[in-house]
Amino acid sequence: MSEIVPTLLQVAVLVAALGLTVPLLGRLLAHAYTSPRHLAVERVTYRALRVDPDADQHWRTYAMSVLGFSLVGVLALFAFGRLQEHLPLSLGFAALPTDGAWNTAVSFVTNTNWQWYSGEAALGHLMQMSGLTVQNFLSAGVGMAVAAAFARGLARRGGAGRVGNFWADLVRTVLRVLLPIALVAAVLLVVMGVVQNLAGPHLVDTLTGGNQAITGGPVASQEAIKELGTNGGGFYNANSAHPFENPTPMSNLFEIFLILLVPFAMAWSFGLIVGDRRQGVAVLTVMGLLLAVSVALITWAEMAGPGTAPQLAQGALEGKEQRFGTAGSALFAAVTTGTSTGAVNTMHDSLTAPGGGVALFNMMLGEIAPGGVGSGLYGMLMLAVVTVFLCGLMVGRTPEYLGKKIGQREIVLVAAYVLTTPVLVLVGSAVALTASDGLAGLQESGPHGLTEAVYAVTSASNNNGSAFGGLTSGTPFWNTLLGSCMLLGRFLPMVVVLALAGRFATQPRLPAGAGTLPTHRPLFVVLLSGVALVVVGLTYVPVLALGPIVESLS
Amino acid sequence: MSTPTSTTTPTTTGTTGTTTGTGSSVLTVAQLAAALPGALRKLDPRELLATPVMLVVEIGAVATTVMSVLDPSTLGWLVTLWLWLTVVFGTLAESVAEGRGKAQAASLRELQTETPARRVRGSADQLTYTGNLTDLPTDEVPSTSLHAGDVVVVEAGERIPGDGDVVAGVASVDESAVTGESAPVIRESGGDRSAVTGGTVVLSDRIVVRVTSEPGQSFVDRMIALVEGSERQRTPNEIALNVLLSSLTVVFVVVCGSLYFLADYSGAHQSPLVLTALLVCLIPTTIGALLSAIGIAGMDRLVRRNVLAMSGRAVEAAGDVDVLLLDKTGTITYGNRQAAELLAVPGVTSAELAEAALLSSLADETPEGRSIVTLVGGAVATPPGATFVAFSASTRMSGLDLPGRTLRKGAGSAVAQWVHSTGSPAAHASVAAIEAHVQHVSESGGTPLVVAEQVGSDPARLLGVIHLKDVVKDGIRERFEELRAMGIRTVMITGDNAVTAAAIAQEAGVDDVLAEATPEDKLALIRREQQGGRMVAMCGDGTNDAPALAQADVGVAMNTGTTAAKEAGNMVDLDSDPTKLLDVVEIGKQLLITRGALTTFSVANDVAKYFAILPAMFVVAFPDLDVLNVMRLSSPESAIVSAVVFNALVIVALIPLALRGVAYRPASASALLQRNLLVYGVGGLIAPFLGIKLLDLVISHIPGL
Repeated sequence: MSEIVPTLLQVAVLVAALGLTVPLLGRLLAHAYTSPRHLAVERVTYRALRVDPDADQHWRTYAMSVLGFSLVGVLALFAFGRLQEHLPLSLGFAALPTDGAWNTAVSFVTNTNWQWYSGEAALGHLMQMSGLTVQNFLSAGVGMAVAAAFARGLARRGGAGRVGNFWADLVRTVLRVLLPIALVAAVLLVVMGVVQNLAGPHLVDTLTGGNQAITGGPVASQEAIKELGTNGGGFYNANSAHPFENPTPMSNLFEIFLILLVPFAMAWSFGLIVGDRRQGVAVLTVMGLLLAVSVALITWAEMAGPGTAPQLAQGALEGKEQRFGTAGSALFAAVTTGTSTGAVNTMHDSLTAPGGGVALFNMMLGEIAPGGVGSGLYGMLMLAVVTVFLCGLMVGRTPEYLGKKIGQREIVLVAAYVLTTPVLVLVGSAVALTASDGLAGLQESGPHGLTEAVYAVTSASNNNGSAFGGLTSGTPFWNTLLGSCMLLGRFLPMVVVLALAGRFATQPRLPAGAGTLPTHRPLFVVLLSGVALVVVGLTYVPVLALGPIVESLS
Repeated sequence: MSTPTSTTTPTTTGTTGTTTGTGSSVLTVAQLAAALPGALRKLDPRELLATPVMLVVEIGAVATTVMSVLDPSTLGWLVTLWLWLTVVFGTLAESVAEGRGKAQAASLRELQTETPARRVRGSADQLTYTGNLTDLPTDEVPSTSLHAGDVVVVEAGERIPGDGDVVAGVASVDESAVTGESAPVIRESGGDRSAVTGGTVVLSDRIVVRVTSEPGQSFVDRMIALVEGSERQRTPNEIALNVLLSSLTVVFVVVCGSLYFLADYSGAHQSPLVLTALLVCLIPTTIGALLSAIGIAGMDRLVRRNVLAMSGRAVEAAGDVDVLLLDKTGTITYGNRQAAELLAVPGVTSAELAEAALLSSLADETPEGRSIVTLVGGAVATPPGATFVAFSASTRMSGLDLPGRTLRKGAGSAVAQWVHSTGSPAAHASVAAIEAHVQHVSESGGTPLVVAEQVGSDPARLLGVIHLKDVVKDGIRERFEELRAMGIRTVMITGDNAVTAAAIAQEAGVDDVLAEATPEDKLALIRREQQGGRMVAMCGDGTNDAPALAQADVGVAMNTGTTAAKEAGNMVDLDSDPTKLLDVVEIGKQLLITRGALTTFSVANDVAKYFAILPAMFVVAFPDLDVLNVMRLSSPESAIVSAVVFNALVIVALIPLALRGVAYRPASASALLQRNLLVYGVGGLIAPFLGIKLLDLVISHIPGL
């Protein structure tokens, strides 16, 4: 009970910090995505890349740029992994296996950051810095660029399918937003005790007389963008539970703040880009509501957790770091699964059954509360379109969102988006739980084993990247399955989103009247939250029933 | 007798009216029985391709039939039976909706019986320039062989052989077979009343008609196709909804398919039969089954109000309309001006003025004249020796000459001139008073009639002014307020000058006015609104309305109008009542709301079905899941059958709603949404819990479950 005050206090501090910074960053983002002016450093970059930043791209060109750029990223990371032993600063680590290198390349380019390996025991500093950290910036930038293109599509009228310039969006996102904030954040993290060096492992004698190799490295610089870009791939295997990545409750709260900053600010900037701040606030409110509910549920589950041991210990302490406490761990778990971050400061495998169930459900929502950087916004907007379609009919008009009619072609695209991840998750889970190679990776049997497998596939398909633990995933089967889920779960939706952006950009923007469904009022906030929960609930209830639900009830 | 008789709708209805009028809202057993053969024919999978949801149900039904044959069980056969019934109920709904148009089509077909036609000899282009068509020699040919451009002569008692325009003559025509209006209408060459419809009967005189339609493409042909639904094309919104429903279906196919493997892993093997039952319960069968019935019924509702939509697209567009262009005359005001008040000059009593006004109008048969009689208290016997002086364009006055007394009424300047000519001084005090009254009446949008009297051979004196005004229809203001609440702007179109127009607009409560409007102005206004992204609806009848009707998103042509107008619009109002435009908008909205409401209901139902079926499936392997059996259903088998039966019966229960459309009251979008969400969303959440529980109480007694 004594934990109640600090629990509420850390939430209050978080909300206050976000309340101050989100509108500011939202304005910065909106400016970056609409301003016609380039910075000098950007002009140099464009010249180096040999691109024309003022070319207004058709959505197909934009999509091809996204795909082409990401393909280059995958190839580069794959080469890094396969050639590691020949590279400097490799700390003597060997090359990654083919399937593992491919999985890791896809994982970081798709902003998933699923890690089948232990960072400190498999990767050298060069791969971590020039490979993974670079992709942490770029994959986040790609997601935000696509979201910006979608917002512009909604804002434009008669744009003939043109949605902006991918290269300008990407370069501005990285140079104007991600790099400066990450730089400040990294310094602050160092101040809070996160390590930052290029040293090799320290060999120390432990108290019990044994030897231990302690690996340092460029941790703070990677940690900052890991959280800021909702990437989540840790320098160490223990991720944010490791004291070098996340030493104190203070750094813990700061990392949570970094995770939430950009996803919420993207929603704010959306309102500015479409010229109606209230629209952004409505979307942001839905994100906040869903997140608040999941924080409350996980915190409750972990504090009042069922089971004899947790009851005696006044909380489920297994798998949690004492320095963060139950509340700090529960908050982190809700935030990392509610965004597509996937960093962990606690072992999700050891969460109570209902707590783990909520974390799983957060990802099943499609990473929209508030979701990944960029992807959270466009995912939520897709659901908004579904909501408008269902509810718009009930007001007696052809449904429209922000003055854009939702007709046959639009709904085909939305349907494709909504279908993609559930199909990946369900088919992937069925394959994993049927194939002997899949079953071989599970640590537990029964409902908990089912949850382990479903969690992994859900995490990959939704580009979250958090691991439930208990699953040995570094096998060719799992690397291939999860790699495919990450790839399809990232780029199919992106292409669909850009196609829809192109459709919307082509349409005129109809004026709103008393007969149109308002999309900025509390009623719409409730409806959108409801549709998100019902659509996802109806899809995943059977799976959840066989996993976390039956586990919670027993 | 009140004057506005010309605009009241006739109470007698013709053949079309009566056939569609029966059984309008209640669904009778007879109707269902009549629709059954059609429903069974629609079980052909090729027919079901258009509704993927129902196709999946049928495939499921075939699958469970095979499973039950191979491995018979009570559960298997019950599920199979009810899956088939689910499909049949769906096709039945569509068949019932179509059946309602069939009777009407049958009566229309009678009009198409081949009639002999007297075709004027000569080639079409030659006839265009011939002056006296009536005297040309004719050949008798069957009506089905007439082509566009042929010219035919039709006399009293004959049936007009095809659609066309009157090019010579004038005749009264009985159009009741098409419009349901029993009073004959006048059709004459030139002007806006020249269009005739094939199958209607000439009652008097003789007309020459140039045929405008090819065989099989006449107005009646199109009507038949429309009411039968044979030409039905799915509308954009219906297609979009179908896409969404199909994608939900795909999701649930994947859910149930993957569940087979997940259940196996969990040691709770599920038979394909049970998974099929779960699938059918989860996919949106309610809306899937009723979707096309809703569309057909929407068109049918228009037909019942004697409006023919040339496409379902137009009906949907009507729901989206943002701006209504309404002609002043006939829509906002009664067609003619009426006396509203008498304004006497000082020194003349109201009674004196009233008496003079009455006497001067006694023999005046114009609507204005009769309205004056009505205003001052009704007709009295004409005094002996009275001579009526009719209105003429040169004098611009009418009146009554009595022995020793002369009464005149007319336009202000004309009467003033007359008064002056009798020797009355021009600067008389009453002249100023009259001028003030005249100005007041004009500014308020009315027409002033000045009344003057001459007794004996004295100079005539001015008595006062009769205020003739355009009378705004009863209740039209309230309707415009409703429209405003719905977010629809009204624009009044009139040929009047700006002052008059503004006064009437204010009284009627329209949002905007287009005064002294020419057809070009109308067209320009529509284009302007459309460029701003707004959808425009209008009605019209004249040939000069045709471009605007074609440009408008919803153009309702009056049946009395010209062929050009009817071709240009996408709807025809058989009653020729411009106010119908408002009904059309409401029907369009109701159509969309019905779809949305039933979709919401359908999806909301799934929650309860999960609570019924999931515990039933897994309670054997995981006894803890019995907690989820909140309905306390008696056995797993009974739970599954109850859910399937509920799923099928709810379709039948909602057929009347689909045909009738959900209740619609004009209100703002937010108010409508709140109400419909409460009724169909929350209702859809709760109803199946009760329904499935009740069914379980019965079904659990079936032996073998």
